Amino acid sequence: MIKKLLIANRGEICCRIINTAKRMGIKTVALYSDADRHALHVKMADEAIHIGPSPSNQSYLKIDKVLAAAKATGADAIHPGYGFLSENAAFAQACADNEIIFVGPPIKAIEAMGSKSAAKYIMQQANVPLVPGYHGEDQSPALIKQHADDMGYPVLLKAAAGGGGKGMRQVWSAEEFDDALAAAKREAMSSFNDDIMLVEKYLTQPRHVEVQVFCDHHGNGVHLFERDCSVQRRHQKVVEEAPAFKMSPALRSAMGDAALKAAKAINYVGAGTVEFLLDTDGAFYFMEMNTRLQVEHPVSEMISGQDLVEWQLRVAANETLPKSQDELHINGHAFEARIYAEDPDNEFLPATGTLHLLETPQESKHVRIDSGVVQGDEVSVYYDPMIAKLIVWDTDRERALARLSQSLGEYRIDGVTTNIPFLRRLIDTQAFKDEEIDTSFIEKHHELIFQQSNPNNTNQLLNLAMYLSLAEKPLTSVNNQDSQSPWDLISDWRANDTYLNRYFIQLNNQEHEIAVQRLKVDNRASTPSGTFVIALAGESYQCEGQLSGNRLLATVNGHSESVTINQIQHDYALFHSQGMTKFIHIQKDLGVTDDNEQHGAFVAPMNGTVVALLVEPQQAVKKGQTLMIMEAMKMEHAIKATQNGLVEEFYYQAGELVDGGAALLNFVPSEDQSL
Amino acid sequence: MPRIISKINPKAQEFADNAAHMQTQIDDLNEKISLIKQGGGEKANKRHTDRGKLLPRERINALLDAGSPFLEISQLAAWEVYDDYVPSAGVIAGIGRVSGVECMIVANDATVKGGTYYPLTVKKHLRAQTIAQQNNLPCIYLVDSGGANLPRQDEVFPDREHFGRIFFNQATMSAQNIPQIAVVMGSCTAGGAYVPAMADESIIVKNQGTIFLGGPPLVKAATGEVVSAEELGGGDVHCRTSGVVDHLANNDQHALHIARDAVARLNRTKPLALDVKPSVEPSYPKEDIYGIIPKDTRQPYDVREVIARVVDGSEFDEFKALYGSTLICGFARIFGYPVGIVANNGILFSESAQKGAHFIELCAQRKIPLVFLQNITGFMVGKQYEAGGIAKHGAKMVTAVACANVPKFTVLIGGSFGAGNYGMCGRAYDPRFMFMWPNARISVMGGEQAAGVLSQVKREQRQRAGETWSDEEEKSFKQPIIDTYEHQGHPYYASARLWDDGVIDPADTRMVLGLSISASLNKPIEDTQFGVFRM
Repeated sequence: MIKKLLIANRGEICCRIINTAKRMGIKTVALYSDADRHALHVKMADEAIHIGPSPSNQSYLKIDKVLAAAKATGADAIHPGYGFLSENAAFAQACADNEIIFVGPPIKAIEAMGSKSAAKYIMQQANVPLVPGYHGEDQSPALIKQHADDMGYPVLLKAAAGGGGKGMRQVWSAEEFDDALAAAKREAMSSFNDDIMLVEKYLTQPRHVEVQVFCDHHGNGVHLFERDCSVQRRHQKVVEEAPAFKMSPALRSAMGDAALKAAKAINYVGAGTVEFLLDTDGAFYFMEMNTRLQVEHPVSEMISGQDLVEWQLRVAANETLPKSQDELHINGHAFEARIYAEDPDNEFLPATGTLHLLETPQESKHVRIDSGVVQGDEVSVYYDPMIAKLIVWDTDRERALARLSQSLGEYRIDGVTTNIPFLRRLIDTQAFKDEEIDTSFIEKHHELIFQQSNPNNTNQLLNLAMYLSLAEKPLTSVNNQDSQSPWDLISDWRANDTYLNRYFIQLNNQEHEIAVQRLKVDNRASTPSGTFVIALAGESYQCEGQLSGNRLLATVNGHSESVTINQIQHDYALFHSQGMTKFIHIQKDLGVTDDNEQHGAFVAPMNGTVVALLVEPQQAVKKGQTLMIMEAMKMEHAIKATQNGLVEEFYYQAGELVDGGAALLNFVPSEDQSL
Repeated sequence: MPRIISKINPKAQEFADNAAHMQTQIDDLNEKISLIKQGGGEKANKRHTDRGKLLPRERINALLDAGSPFLEISQLAAWEVYDDYVPSAGVIAGIGRVSGVECMIVANDATVKGGTYYPLTVKKHLRAQTIAQQNNLPCIYLVDSGGANLPRQDEVFPDREHFGRIFFNQATMSAQNIPQIAVVMGSCTAGGAYVPAMADESIIVKNQGTIFLGGPPLVKAATGEVVSAEELGGGDVHCRTSGVVDHLANNDQHALHIARDAVARLNRTKPLALDVKPSVEPSYPKEDIYGIIPKDTRQPYDVREVIARVVDGSEFDEFKALYGSTLICGFARIFGYPVGIVANNGILFSESAQKGAHFIELCAQRKIPLVFLQNITGFMVGKQYEAGGIAKHGAKMVTAVACANVPKFTVLIGGSFGAGNYGMCGRAYDPRFMFMWPNARISVMGGEQAAGVLSQVKREQRQRAGETWSDEEEKSFKQPIIDTYEHQGHPYYASARLWDDGVIDPADTRMVLGLSISASLNKPIEDTQFGVFRM
């Protein structure tokens, strides 16, 4: 029996593990880096230990620090979550050396599955079906090509040590083969310092179907059915579901058996996932085995009614599996959508920033949200930018999908760019509904998924104008006892005339002028309300609005809708039934007061790191010359001189982290502005 | 408090006819005002805005707190007075909320004759300052003016109530801690230069505002020196070198932003020594007034119907209801502020005058603001009434009105004739504000009466000369007099000459009075010392 569990992780998975541990009466210890000082997982745990600076290689990945924390708190077990140290054999070994239970598989199993080619070899020996291919040590190009010719094109070349698509090549015909092999070898060499290649049959419409397995120390093993994770972008899962669609009981049973066979082959214990490629003809091939709890485990939990973390903890405590295969049944259908701070329209660049608004759908037996952040938290550059996992369940796929769509619509995040609009478009495609899904789904439906939704901009502009009108603070007199004064009324009253409030709103880089006549506004009430006549683009609209908090109940020409608005300075995000629209409220132009007018150019465009300083302080520079380079969101930004002059002082040195908006340097323009 | 039960039937044909008649007058008013609000016209406005300047009304809007009302005065100033078209007399003035403080704003309209001061421009500017002084309101001058209108220098320069008085007022108001803030957004030439120079705090827009005693042409003529306007008196010069101006602004919006900040740090409070109750809208629609006021001005109606559409909850606690019933007196509230209302329900008799004097004394004693709703043809005449001492009873009321030191507000809702005007707090009795409805008429007596008196005199002359005077002849003698009285008694004629503070839509009466009363409370209500009442 585990008494105190240390979770060597952070964020949502740490919170999720703490929840189960608490329910089981196990005390919990969390770890935190500098950046996570106030994170949710720290607040939820019984104890928390500071483990170092923000970068994970100086904190969460430090084996000695983790173990020291475990010892200091008297934890008798460590759950590694996923990522970080979860598949690190050395860490598992260190736990063993210190007589701390590692909640995970035996060290040998981790090691066995650590190398792709070694794993395949083991599976081949155990008669687990593999994608036809050559994994041999003889790397002569002719031999590799011979194997490719034998299995038939297309084939896939892969670096044995590879991952993340590096050193990987599709080859569609024998003619292309030699060039492709050479290129793949070069890439592998530069990426992994190892150019051993393997070649496999390339499936054109494969699905990614994985089986959740569980084994105990007593020789028992079960599978908790499969998950379909075919919807991926660059090998990163986007939406997962369980059970897999178009699955016959026979195929399910065959895949389950194969997965258990794979687990048995390496004497597996604990939670594991065996990933298969499933071909259109029902043939399936072993890909790899993940020796940890997967991100997408909740969908299996939802359809099986089991708590996999509880299972992990019980197995780690040497108990037998809570259920036998016969006792496990599929109930309904579940989806998981990963909500990321990233910009799908900008090559999925990770986004950072503050979660100014974070409103989630109501949790219920149908809706589950696994998250490690709350409103106001920062999404930093240091860690995976996943904000939450939205998991929905219902009795069948169609209903579950409807719930997913609805719940995504109710997810409201502002301050950080998210993939929510992308997810909504993705799951709303007919092909997704129709289960026409394989691993190239996103590429195939690129146009539909990346197509900007075109909500009724007119209505949203009107809604925003109403919001601006209603959110205006009541006028306050210098005498707060003079509470009844008509001067306090937001009346816009003019003698013998009508006053129009003019708002200038930027939407999709286009400026709109909106003229609002406030017929009647009561903004002293706790829920301000008003009636308006709003003119936009030559049309006039009768409008009514009521504002409760950030929710506006808006009626435009007799049609009502409820929208949520979030304001960050002069930027507004309006959440409506079709998604979210971003606006900028253009402010009065107050001109530029600073004589030193170029000052604004030398602030950090966003949070990031200083890469290099390219000039010396006091060195004369010409207009346009690059002064320093910053890296943010994996892109480099050059900070250039706006005129001739010199840098008096750099406020940051190379390698330092900079907050967006911070002044980077002090620039002094020179008298001589000739170029 | 007792509520007035309206006896008006909005379904009656008479009501509809009255309403239609009033609507015609309101439409005409709105049409005139909308024309006036265009200032110097499209071309002049374009020339103005092309220079990056805001129009004067836009400047005011940008200066005000968002959503604030703007109680503009004398929109019709100079209407059809001069051969030149000088809408609003080339200056826009009124009260608005700036940074939580009710301020008097005076903005030159450079699109109207370069913002130069016509005689009525001066009068309007001085009236705005008087309002500020009487009600303790900070003044913000948005200056963009070429100074005195030179062809009319004899009417704007030398006298006591002429151009110089503007600066006298600035100095004396400053002395009373009524802040004077000037925002130079265009020319400030010659005398005009003293507006920012005399201000407590001043702001100038760079490359736009200029201040100099003599402009470049005058300098060249006087000394031969050739200098640009900007070099001579631009923002840079005055903020960096001369010290005439305190704040340098980038543009109009920025200047107004600075002005708002300047008001925010005035450290002003608004004294409030009144018993204020929550404001309640009247129980009857304000627009009903249109149907209540008879089309035929001679037809009597119950003024309580009007009061019921102005005061909070239509509640009116009438004083001496059974005595002197041609003058209605009573207590009510407007936007929660207690007021004493004095309103005409017919001609003034001795009893009504005494009742009025009594009631005004009560309000002065209790420091309750007074609202006069004027619809008065005058005091009763005739042997019996003269013998009854109507002159001394009328004098009591006039004394009471003149001396009452509470804020007084007058609305001309109908006729304002003769001594009735005095007893009901006409312009000469220093009401803090005075407004007219479009149907109101003001003159020493009614046109008919005046024509009657004059034709009586004429007939007697003729008779002394032994001449006859036919009815036809008399009629053609009387008609021009009637016409002249009608023309000169019209609200536009009155308002154009600043005999009032503006012509308002009757439905706006409650709002206008509420804003006026609230603004007046910036000055503590003083004790009253009455003169000798002739007993």
